Amino acid sequence: MSIDQILGLITGLVFGFLMQKGRVIRFEKQVGALLIKDMTIFKFMLSAILVGMVGIYILYDMGITTLSHKPMNIGAVVLGGILFGIGWAVMGFCPGTSSAALGEGRIHAVFAVLGMLAGAAIFAELYPFFSSTVIAWQDFGKIGLQDALGISHWVIIPIFWAAVIGLFFLFEKKGL
Amino acid sequence: MRLKTKDGGWNPYFAGALVGILAILSVYATTALMGKTNYLGASTTFVRAVGFVEQVFASEHVAQNAYFAATKIKVDWQFMLVVGIFLGALISSLTDKSFKIEKVPPIWQERFGSSVTKRAVGAFLGGIVAMIGARLADGCPSGHGLSGVMQLSVSSFVALILFFVAGAVTAALVYKRRAS
Repeated sequence: MSIDQILGLITGLVFGFLMQKGRVIRFEKQVGALLIKDMTIFKFMLSAILVGMVGIYILYDMGITTLSHKPMNIGAVVLGGILFGIGWAVMGFCPGTSSAALGEGRIHAVFAVLGMLAGAAIFAELYPFFSSTVIAWQDFGKIGLQDALGISHWVIIPIFWAAVIGLFFLFEKKGL
Repeated sequence: MRLKTKDGGWNPYFAGALVGILAILSVYATTALMGKTNYLGASTTFVRAVGFVEQVFASEHVAQNAYFAATKIKVDWQFMLVVGIFLGALISSLTDKSFKIEKVPPIWQERFGSSVTKRAVGAFLGGIVAMIGARLADGCPSGHGLSGVMQLSVSSFVALILFFVAGAVTAALVYKRRAS
């Protein structure tokens, strides 16, 4: 194996281990969050974001790493986001958690994985059509909130922290 | 606040914070060892995996496809990440005895019964729609939700909100029995 592959495997092992320990990969937790009954996956995800955000911007400001924003392509992000949400609710897994769910014995995740492989193949066939329509509408490029708002990311990060911690208190208060 | 949950898992805030540290280490390690900063993600791997499958019986068709050409079909860092996720969850669940063979999940069973076929069709069709969406939006809850929001990407905030809103509306329509 190449160094890239070894690094990916080790990172994935830890990621899968932590997702399983956080109990976020099950159908019940994924659909539970979408039914707004059990917000475990959002507690987990937003905690990761709060911690990761600070480290990532320190490394970026030190000139060690680069950012990799995905393009703000209106048609693609909006239509893609809605389609993903619809499929997610029925499937009860997302791409990363389907692989993990198989690992903890939820064998019906096999059909989710097969469906997603079929979806990827269909997308590859439809790509020329999407490129000339939805994707061609309007692209604002690879931008962060700091670019859009014209303020430092170190102003946005504490505001984001405060908002998310407020949300955590709400989850706990409501017993979600 | 308890460090362990009722089902023997870890406190989700704690486990999530550890994933945040993993994300930072991963960004640093990929830059140092691979020469390019890589962020956690999963959905592109499905394109590469199905590309390998299609290559077996239609290699020319795959070679001519613009999307496969742009994605580059190879077993890369993210591909092994997805393999690692499977193994990590397997190890974790076997060692704390939460590994459980499940064919139909409880919420699904309550609404659609115990038919494995029905669940298989649902998971398969949901998978198709979700993956077309993820490739169009250029990310899933890992790539957009976790890595993108962590970087304050505008597209990722929009994508994550839409994933949730569309998912919540669909879940309400699909799983909540209408009062009769």
